[in-house]
Parts: sequence; structure tokens; C-alpha cells
Amino acid sequence: MSSNTPSSSAGGVGSADSSAPRRNSKRPKYSKFTQQELPACKPILTPRWVISAFILVSIVFIPIGVVSLFASQDVVEIIDRYETECVPQDFRNNKVSFIQSDANKTCTRRLTVTKRMKQPIYVYYQLDNFYQNHRRYVKSRSDSQLKDNSSWNDVSSCKPEDDSNGQPIVPCGLIAWSLFNDTYNFSLNNQQLAVNKTEISWKSDRDSKFGNDVFPRNFQNGTLIGGKSLDPTVPLSEQEDLIVWMRTAALPTFRKLYGKIERDLQPNEVIHVTLENNYNTYSFNGKKKLVLSTTSWLGGKNDFLGIAYLTVGGLCFFLALSFTVVYLVKPRRLGDPSYLSWNRNPGGQ
Amino acid sequence: MAKGRIRRKLRKSHLYTFCLYPGAAGKCGQPVGGPGFSRTVHCNEPQMHSQKPFKYRANDISTTKYSFLSFLPKALYEQFNRVANLYFLGCAIASLTPLSPFSAVSMIAPLAFVVGLSMAKEALEDWRRFMQDMEVNSRKVKVHAGEAFDKKAWQNVRVGDVVRVEKDQFFPSDLLLLSSNNEDGICYVETMNLDGETNLKPKRALEVTLDLDEDEDFKNFKGIIKCEDPNPSLYTFVGNFEYNGQVYAIDPSQILLRDSKLRNTAFVYGIVIFTGHDSKVMQNSTKSPSKRSRIERKMDYIIYVLFSVLLVISLISSFGFAVEIKYSMPGWWFMRPQEADEYYNPREPVTSGISHMVTALMLYGYLIPISLYVSIEVVKVLQATFINQDILMYDEETGIPAQARTSNLNEELGQVDTILSDKTGTLTCNQMDFLKCSIAGTAYGSSSSDVELAAEQQMANDPVNKVELEAVVSSLSEKGHKSSIKGFNFEDSRLMNGNCLKEPKQEDIMLFFRILAVCHTAIPELNEETGSYTYEAESPDEGAFLVAAREFGFEFFQRTQSSVTVREKYTASGNPIDREYKILNVLEFTSKRKRMTVIVRDEDGQILLMCKGADRLVSLLYLDLISIIFDRLSKDGRFYQEDTTRHLNEYGEAGLRTLALAYKKLEESEYSAWNTEFQKAKTSIGADRDIMLEKAAEMMERDLILIGATAVEDKLQKGVPKCIDKLAQAGLKLWVLTGDKMETAINIGYACSLLRQGMKQICIQATDSDVKEEVKVDILKQINNGSQTIREEKDPYASFALIIDGKTLVYALEDDMKHRFLDLGVRCASVICCRVSPKQKALVTRLVKQGTGKTTLAIGDGANDVGMIQEADIGVGISGVEGMQAVMASDFSVSQFRFLERLLVVHGHWCYKRIAQMICYFFYKNIAFGLTLFYFEAFTGFSGQSVYDDWYMLLFNVVLTSLPVISLGVLEQDVSSEVCLEFPAIYQQGPRNLFFDWYRILGWMGNGLLASLIIFFLNIVIFYNQAFCIGGQTADMTALGTTMFTCIIWSLNIQIVLTMSHFTWIQHATIWGSIVTWYLFLAVYGALSPDISRDAYQILVEALAPAPIYWTTTLLVAVTCNLPYMAHIAYQRCLKPMDHHIIQEIKYYRKDVEDQHMWKREQLKARQKTKIGFTARVEAKIRQLRSKMHKKQ
Repeated sequence: MSSNTPSSSAGGVGSADSSAPRRNSKRPKYSKFTQQELPACKPILTPRWVISAFILVSIVFIPIGVVSLFASQDVVEIIDRYETECVPQDFRNNKVSFIQSDANKTCTRRLTVTKRMKQPIYVYYQLDNFYQNHRRYVKSRSDSQLKDNSSWNDVSSCKPEDDSNGQPIVPCGLIAWSLFNDTYNFSLNNQQLAVNKTEISWKSDRDSKFGNDVFPRNFQNGTLIGGKSLDPTVPLSEQEDLIVWMRTAALPTFRKLYGKIERDLQPNEVIHVTLENNYNTYSFNGKKKLVLSTTSWLGGKNDFLGIAYLTVGGLCFFLALSFTVVYLVKPRRLGDPSYLSWNRNPGGQ
Repeated sequence: MAKGRIRRKLRKSHLYTFCLYPGAAGKCGQPVGGPGFSRTVHCNEPQMHSQKPFKYRANDISTTKYSFLSFLPKALYEQFNRVANLYFLGCAIASLTPLSPFSAVSMIAPLAFVVGLSMAKEALEDWRRFMQDMEVNSRKVKVHAGEAFDKKAWQNVRVGDVVRVEKDQFFPSDLLLLSSNNEDGICYVETMNLDGETNLKPKRALEVTLDLDEDEDFKNFKGIIKCEDPNPSLYTFVGNFEYNGQVYAIDPSQILLRDSKLRNTAFVYGIVIFTGHDSKVMQNSTKSPSKRSRIERKMDYIIYVLFSVLLVISLISSFGFAVEIKYSMPGWWFMRPQEADEYYNPREPVTSGISHMVTALMLYGYLIPISLYVSIEVVKVLQATFINQDILMYDEETGIPAQARTSNLNEELGQVDTILSDKTGTLTCNQMDFLKCSIAGTAYGSSSSDVELAAEQQMANDPVNKVELEAVVSSLSEKGHKSSIKGFNFEDSRLMNGNCLKEPKQEDIMLFFRILAVCHTAIPELNEETGSYTYEAESPDEGAFLVAAREFGFEFFQRTQSSVTVREKYTASGNPIDREYKILNVLEFTSKRKRMTVIVRDEDGQILLMCKGADRLVSLLYLDLISIIFDRLSKDGRFYQEDTTRHLNEYGEAGLRTLALAYKKLEESEYSAWNTEFQKAKTSIGADRDIMLEKAAEMMERDLILIGATAVEDKLQKGVPKCIDKLAQAGLKLWVLTGDKMETAINIGYACSLLRQGMKQICIQATDSDVKEEVKVDILKQINNGSQTIREEKDPYASFALIIDGKTLVYALEDDMKHRFLDLGVRCASVICCRVSPKQKALVTRLVKQGTGKTTLAIGDGANDVGMIQEADIGVGISGVEGMQAVMASDFSVSQFRFLERLLVVHGHWCYKRIAQMICYFFYKNIAFGLTLFYFEAFTGFSGQSVYDDWYMLLFNVVLTSLPVISLGVLEQDVSSEVCLEFPAIYQQGPRNLFFDWYRILGWMGNGLLASLIIFFLNIVIFYNQAFCIGGQTADMTALGTTMFTCIIWSLNIQIVLTMSHFTWIQHATIWGSIVTWYLFLAVYGALSPDISRDAYQILVEALAPAPIYWTTTLLVAVTCNLPYMAHIAYQRCLKPMDHHIIQEIKYYRKDVEDQHMWKREQLKARQKTKIGFTARVEAKIRQLRSKMHKKQ
């Protein structure tokens, strides 16, 4: 009996001891965050907000649309599709064999300036149905090799255009191999129009991605010749056609910058283009276009952006109007308790 | 001390009467030793069991899901059991092959992150369980070791050990009781953790081991127990005890079960029979099932839908690829088709197409939000933290906060339809308070119960009644709820402090108190500190009577073998007198008799019969007043019957537990004649004994004289009626499942307002028939009758209650009947199941869960509730009471029932909406993003090229769009917590699933589709082939991809702004932060060496930022994407506003402050029509009071 007492009292004390500090520590600490009482703004969509939001959008969008349209209208663009015309009549039924033959591929085109074009006038070639964005094609390059002479034999990602007779190709890969090789020469009134082919690529590409100590090696000397050959004495950082070409396009129809004509062209001036139609787009029924275009602050000719802005702005205006009508026809006092579910269908839930 | 010891030994012995049969233990011929009965325990030789033939389990328990070794494989298995994760695992493996459209790291890193985070969470949760097990395992118990008893941790207790358990300790394992400090080997145990019953149960040692009651006796103690194998049956035990060459049968009354507690007994000795997981209580526990919320299960279906979409577009893509390969690729000389490898082989387009399928499945994987699971886990953990940290769910008294033990059911809290609740410890405190009494036709006691108080308060607030009610209110202004004495909450100066002597019928009053002080089986215990007596009674209401008698001046202070002594404080002479009553017979209280009688001889030699008994009993179909006592009154003993009945009705309606008290004076001859009869019955042997005894008792208990009635309050936990009321208003149904007696359950039903006067009670009871079919047919008839009654009820305000007991449930839960039973239960406003076993609790829960298909929540506090807690969709444990089983099995634990309101109505509602909105948004976002990849495919000859840089894709889910959506999931509040509580009807948005139905999900998916179309095609057309800046350069794939991605980031974030309605600085920070992060990332990424950033080198600084078209496109796309949604919500809010919209507006315009009348009125209306609950009760009460006042006028 006496032996019980100490143990039971000790137990009692022990439990009291253990519970006392626990009690304090378990009490959640008050903070606005843990009690979910942080000050908050609770905006609600009142009719005024809805209408002003839509109006605001239309007020912003319509001017932007107008300005964009004007900018686009300012741009003058001359497009000449030449892939069929530049094939002699005899070969029109079999263009592929023509392009693969050694026949003379020179072709002359006449372009008439419709409106005054202020310099710089950008010269583009546009290819169609050319899947530069195909995964097999996109992957077939070696960035390290392009950048750095020391990794010139890093061609593992370039298959099937990785080496030629056992020697690594620089620049390797399908993209480089299929470099566009049509050339354009412009003349105005029998006078040569200079085409500036520098600074047509991104500066960062020239400076950081294509090494100035990397020179073409074993390029286009295999059994299959793809596109343009590169001058082995010029470093890649200066081969701007290649740099532009290596920026793979997002869509199968794309334009790439060929050069710049740095002089104004007047209306009705006729430009003679002597072009070498070398590039084979006939295998895949691709079109080829030569484009001369000026730019505005918005870039090239792009009516769509302005139209889209105007459409959305107009739509918002229409929405603002219709909501105004709705609010007028079926007005609901905000916070009107009679709309609460228990007031609308009392009893049955 | 010596004297005290003798008294202690004596005092228990006399208490058992014919309810216990010493010597009638175990019938012989049990198949001990046969199959299923193979266990052999060598007493006091635990080392015997560590060897081969036995090898019993150790006593440590483990409820953890994993062990150190099994964690990795098991947790990984669980993770990859999720379809989405398995898919991503496949993708990660495939990403190591050349088929992958992305770099391997961009596939593996997010997966590793996601899986790692989930596993870390699992590990943490399991660690907590482990710590809890450790706590139990390291509890100490005294174990016999060679010479003496040493303290040992529970986990080291072995089979065969002799243990000594002391008062108020839990038994460490299943024990065979050898002896107790009482000479007759009786001990009392509390089995609340096992079956929820609160009364103490006597256990009795075998006579042969009674002498082993000292520590020294066990030195040479040997014996062998042969018994049944471990099994989950709590109420049976079959075994033999071989001791000193003799074999004795053991029956359940010698078995002390683990998790029950020794009470009213100083110590016991026992032999360990079943340890650890072999013990009956552990055998009863089932593996805690992993529960998933309804939303998550539905989310799986959405994922399947997305998988189908993924499969379809992959098929389209592969088909397109194969066609392109076959027909176009031969012309694509720039791709060297003649040297194509197996993936691009024009000669075998089918093979290429199939291998492309793998690529496509990976590429479009962005449709399946990989970070969805992990974001949900993060959100849920944070939500759980809010639940844990909620100061309004912290109980100051016990010092325990609410706890979300598993965080994956938070949103389920917002969808609960039915609550299944335990009674004792959950609704009630297991404490009885003496509240009122009616003596000789006069009602005493002014402490009003909660219902009365509220009714009067509400009437007082009602201006119409103000004047009339002033009288009522003033009489109630002194509230009686300040009693400091446990078990006594009585206030009436007419009886207190000896004033009863001045009352007109003082003789009757004195007799009334004497009956209270004498007619019981309790034992007084002197509290040496205070000098007053406390009582150890078998049931708490008996204790309350004694406390009341003491407070009235009739202090029971001594019990001997044959007498009870009461000190009367207030006497005519003014000096206290001790009166001794010789106890002649005790006819004990049993659930069948529902009454207790003592026959005593007072000091004057007068033989008195004192009787207390239930005043009401449940009839077969409807509850009638069939009185136990009233039937037994003599003709002239009914003098007070009318008044007493009225009082009893009032008490009963107030939810009080009532007993009627009666007595009669006996002549010596009359008594002795009966006593011979009774003794004869008592000593008779055979099956008739019970019947004979009952007959004898019946003979004596009649011609009684009614003296009065008592009203005891089964003390409810704080705030329970209010909470039940609120939950009912929120449209939740409440079923009470209790192990307690039917009367207690009904009383509590009244106290909690689950039942009220005027409610039609359908009571289903099995008949006492041995033929099972008959019983079933009868029950079926009762159920059908009940259903029919409900169907035929014309009064729309009529409400029904279903009351059923465990015995009947056995049949009602059988397959052929359960649906009818459920159907009846669902139609009733409240359902009370009493005397149900833990198993039945679980079965009922399962029936409700599966039968109604709605979300169920089970709440309970004891081990007997574990089954239902695990079975229900959500299990809530009441923490703070002893025994952690319920809490350990639960998903959430609160320390008080009343916190359930906040847990469901506030946290549940919020979590439901948060998770629902978050998941919808997630699907939107991934569809909007993932489909742009698909569209782009069509423009690349289906080659599997992605327009975005790998790093954009990697960051998209993990960094760029995750935080805003997490802040939506954690912090969004449609309405504030006060409004949630004030407008319980808003809760119904969850159970009706307004925010996660297919209409809404598909709407969001459609929105995602629209966004993807707008984003992609606007960008494509704008960047088609034109120069995009003044320098004449055209956009390459990276420029287009980056612009498109910028548009996506903007669109998604504006979308989430439109979705949210609650902006704290955190939301602002995450949303605008995620946009800023994108630009920062672009700048930083572009500034890195081109080896890393590749085409994205300097993209922002050099190419995009200077180009106005980049910014104008972003603006155009971001606005256009969100126009449809904006128009939709504006339209919806204007014409079909939802409840929370209106309340937001009221709050926004501060109408709740300006027009408080309206605000209050709407709160009153914002309730589901309830037929149960406090409000319904109060309204009924108001009607009653009003009619009373009219009568007076």
C-alpha cells in the first residue's frame, strides 16, 4: 500500500510537468498570415468596372490598330516569284533535272518600283514548303564547332552530314550543308546597284556564336553537294549568309535577309535582277520569291496586326455597349439580397 | 491504516449481487488445443516463448506505413501508382533515347522534384506516426523479473510475463487477471477505448490465484495457459489455466484487454497472454486505408480525359508524320532522305510513325500537368498548416490545437453530407450534473438548460414580445452556470443550506435525499486535502446523486459489508447526526431492469425499500411513457404522480436524464417471507435461476410510493448544441452512433436537439426470438412501417427520428435489408444508433458512404471509433482525452466537437473552393500551353520539334506558373470566415459540388483550348514571314517561340487575376513576380554563354525588347485571350449571381454595416430548413411559451 503512493504521486507530478510547457508551446502563435486575416483587396466586377474595362481596352486598342495599319501602309514591298520563270521552257516539265544539271542557270528579272522606297531597302529571299523547322534538320548542327576552333571535330550531332571521307566537316550538319545558293545582282539603269551583305545577321550571332577563328573545312566536298560553298579563307563570323541561314525559321514558309540596298528608289524605276537560280526547291515543290521591302518601326508589311487590334478594340467597344444594354434592361441592384439562392427558391435547395 | 486496508478489501466484496456469478466461469469441453486454439503460455517463463514452437510477437506496436527498409520501394511504388507519374517516368526513360524532343534533364528534373517532394511529405507523416508509436511503446509497466518487479517499457513485455498494473494505468497487453488488491480478486476496468462504454466493468480473478497478491508470491509461480489464437473478438475468450496440476477454465471476465484502464483498484497482477499486434484491440484495428478526396478521384478522370486527348493528338501527329515521311520526305533533299536512320525512313513510314508516337507522347506531355500533384501537395500542406495554426480551433483548457493529420482530405471537408458521431467523449464530457429535482410534486432547481436560456434570449431580442417577456427574462438573469462542484449544478435556495427544513413537505424531502444517499453501490473516498468525500461510482450519474445529497446535507461517508452510513448535517436539533442503514438486499441496476432497489433497516428498526428507476422506456415503435416506477406504484402512492409526470416531461424535453424515486415501508414479517424466497432463488442452481431471481425482485418492487424525480444533465461538451445547430443549418445530417444505452442516447438526443418533443420517433427493435427469420421479418416490417409513416405524412413540418439498437442493427445491416434501412435513415431528420459495437459503427458508416454516395465524416474519441473513423471519407478524432487510437487513426483531430463547425464551414469551404479552382486553372493552363505545341507540330511536318526552348518548358510548370496558382490554392477566400459562419447555407456549394462539376471543368478546358488557339494563331500570323523589327531581320523559331511564351505567361497570369477574388500582397507578389521572373529569366538566360542559352542568346536584349511588335503582340494576345472569360464572368455576375457574389457585393458596398437589419435577416434565412438542432427547438419552445402566456392572460 505504501509502495503505491510514491509511484502514483510521482506519475502525477510527472504528467503535470510534461503538460505545462507543452501547453504553451502548442498554442498557435497569432499572426495575420496564419489566421488568414491578411489585409486584402477584394475587387468585384461591378457594371462600372466591366464597362470601363471594355471601354479602356477599346480606347487603347483602336489607336494602336490605326497606328500599326499606317505603319504597315508605309512599307513598300516588291515580291517576285521566279522559280518557274527561271527554268527554261524545255525543262518546265522536269525542273528537277534542270536544276541538277550543269546548264546555265542565269535568269533575268525586271522589277518595277511602285512607290518611293526609302533606304535601306532590304532584299529577302523567300522559300516555301521548306521545312527548316523539321526536327531532324534543326538538330543537325554543332554549336560548339561553330563557335570554337578547338572543338572542330565535335560533329556527333551532325549526322548524316558529319564527315567527309573520314574528315570532320566544318560547319557540319544538314543546315549548313543546305545553305541557300541563289545569287542576285541588281542593276538600275544599267548601273550596278550595290547590295550590302554585312550586318544582315544578329550581332550577337556574329560575335559570340560563330567564331572568328573557325574556317570552313571539307565543306561541300563530299559526293553530294547541297547548297552554297563557303570560302575556306573567310572565318565563319564573317559568313553572314550562313549565319542568317543557321537561324532556323519557325515555319515552312520563311524569308531570310539577303542584303541591303542602301539607296532610295523612285516610283516607276525598273530594276534588273540577274539571278543565279541554283537552289533546288523543285524536289519539294517549293516556291522561290525575291522580295525587296522597306521597314517601318513595326518591321515589314504587316496589316494583320493593325486589323487585329482594330477588331479586338471594336469587339470590346461592342461588348461595352451590350453590357450597358444588359445593365439597363435587366438592372440588378448590387448586393441585392433578393438574389441570394435562399430568397430565389425558398425552401427547396 | 490497517483498518483502512481491511475496509478497502471488504468493501468491494459486497457489491456484486446476482449480476455476477462467481464460479460460473467457462463451460468445459471447449476445443482448447484444437485448430485455432493452439496458443500456449508458460506463465512467468517468458523466455520459453522466444524459441521455435511459440515465437510470439513482441509487444511493440507499429502503425507506420513504412519501415526504414521498405520506405524507398514502397513509397516509390505508391508514387508511380499514379497514372500521371507513371507516364512521366516512361517519358523520363524515353528521354534518354534520341526519340526525345527535349533534353533528358528537362524531363527528369521535374519528375525527380515532384516525386521527391511527395515522398518527403510521406516520410514526414510517417515519422510522426512512428513517434507516436514510440511514445506508446515506451510507456512503463512493472514486470516480474526473477526476484522483484521492475519497470519495463511496454515494448519489452513478453508473453508469459507477470505484470503488476496500478490504478489508472492502461494494460500493456491482454492479460489474464491473477489477483487484485481486493481479497476477492475483483478489479474494475474502464473500457472506453474499446467499446465507448463509460461505466466500469468488474473483472474477477480465478479463485485459485487469489492468494498471489504480493510481489513475493511470484518467485516460484508457474502455470500454463492454453487458449485461443489471437482474434479480434473483444467479448469472448476461450482457454484453460493449468496450475498446480489442476485445469481451470478461463472466461472473458478474467481477461484484461490492452487499452482498457484499471479503475477503482489499487493494483492487479496479470499474466501476459497476447502481446502487441496479437492483442484483441490491435486485431480489431485495420490497416489505415489511404483515403483520397472526391475531387482528387474526379481529377483522375480528368487526367484520363487528357490522356485520351494526348493519345489522339499523338496518333494524329504520328499519322501525319508517317504520311509526310512517305510522300514528302523523298523530295526533301536537304534532309538527306536516302541516308535517313530508322526514325526518319521514307521506305518504312510505319516504323517511323510508331517511333514518332513515343516522341509525340513526350512532346504533348505538357497537357498533363506534371506539377499538378506536387502543387496540390504543397497547397494542401499549407492549408493544413492553416488548420493547425487556427487559433479559433485551439482549446485553451486542454491546450491542444486542431490538427490536420493527413493533408490530402482538406477539400473533402467542404463537401461533407453526413456526419456520423460518437456520443461519449465526443458530444458529452462523460460527466453528469445534478440539475433539478421534483419532490413531492414541487419542482426545485432553477438552473436552466441551454435550450431554455436561448429561447428566452431570443424572445427577449424580439421587440414584439419584449414587454411580455420581461418577467421571464428577469427571473433568468442570474444564470446558474457557475457551479464549481463537479457533478452538481443546482440552485434553489429553498433546498440549499438546510432550508428544506422550512419547506412544507419536509418529511418527504428528507426521505428523498436519504434515498439518494443510500440507494446506490458507490464507495466513498476521503479526499484528505479538502476533507470532503468523493465517490467512486459505477456510473457517473450515481456519483452526481451522491454529490447532490452531500450538498443538500446528507453526506454518505462510510460503507461496510452490510451497512451504509450517512451524516445528516441539518437536523431539527442543529447538530449533525450519523445514521447507519443496515443493508439487507441490493437488487442491482441492469439495463433490462432499469431500476435499482435497496432494502435497508434504519436505526429505528424500520425496514425500508428504496427504489430508483427510469421513468421512461422505449416502446416498440414510438416512444411512449411507459414508466418503470409508475407501473409499480401502490394506489395511494400516486399522490404526486400527476405533478411529477409533468415535471418529468419538462426535464425530458430539456434533454435531462431523469429517474423517479419511490419507497415503501415494509413490515418485518412481510420482508422475511420475501427474503426466504429470494435467498432460495439466489442459491438455486440451473437455468431457472435468473428467472427466479427476477420474479422475486418483481414481487418486492411493487406497491411503491412515489416521492419525486431527479434530473441529471449528461454534461455536453462546450458548444455542442450550437455546433450541431450550425451544422444542421449548413445542411449536414447527423447520425449518432453510440455504444451507450438507449436511454442515455435518447437523453443526449434531446440535449443536443437531435430529438425534441413533437418529433415522431421511429424506434426499431428486435424481438426476443431465437428464430432468426422471425426476427428479420419483424424488423423488416418495422422498417417498412416506418417508411410508410413518413411517406404518408402530410404535414410538411413533421420530422422523424430513427432509433435503433445494436442488436437490431445486426439484422438491419444484412445485405437484403440494409438498403431499406438506409432509405429510412436518410428520410429521417436524425438517426440514433445505440449499443453498437465498433464493427457496427464501421458498417453503418460504410453503408451510409456507399449507399448514399455522398461524403461522410465520422467523429469519435475512443478506440471503439477507430473503425468508423477509418471507414468514413473523413475521420475526425477528438484529441485530448486519454488513449490516442482515435486520433491516430483519424485524418483530422480537434479537441472539442464544437470546432467541427469551423473546420467544416470555414476551412472545408475554403479548401474545397481553392482546390477546385486551382485544379480547373491547372488544366486550363496546361491545355493552353500544351496545345500550342501541337499546333506548331502541324507546321513542322509533325516532326516533333518544339517551338520553345527546353528551359522555357522546364520552368513553365515548376517556376513560372506554379506560384500564382499555389497562392490561389492557399489564400483564396471567396468570403471571409465570419461570413462563412454567418451564412451556413454557403457551405452547400461544396456538397452540391458547384465548383467542380463536369460543366465547369469542361468550361475551363474549353477556355484553355480557346486560349491556345488565340495565342498560337495570332503569333503565327503576325510573325509569319515579315521582318519584325526595323533592322529587317525576320523572326526565327526562337524569336517566335519566345514571343509566344511571353504571351502565354501574360495570358495565364491575367486569367488567374480574373479568377481570384482576394488579393493580399502575397498574391500580388506571386502573380506579378511570375511575370517579372519571366523577363528576368530571359535576360539572365540570354546573358549566359551561348553554349547554354544557344539560340536564346541575347534574345530579349538584342532582338525582342527593341522591337515594338513584340510588345504590341503581347498586349494583343494577352487581352484577347481573356476577353471571353471576362465577358463570361461579367455576364454571369450580372444575370446569374451566386450567393458568394451577392455577399461580396454587400460587403464591398458596406451594406452589412449600413443596413444591419437586412444583414441579420439574411443570416437567419441563410439556413437549410432544419428539423433538428437548437434553432428548431428554440422555435418550438417559443411557440410553447407564447401559448402559455396567452393562457395566463
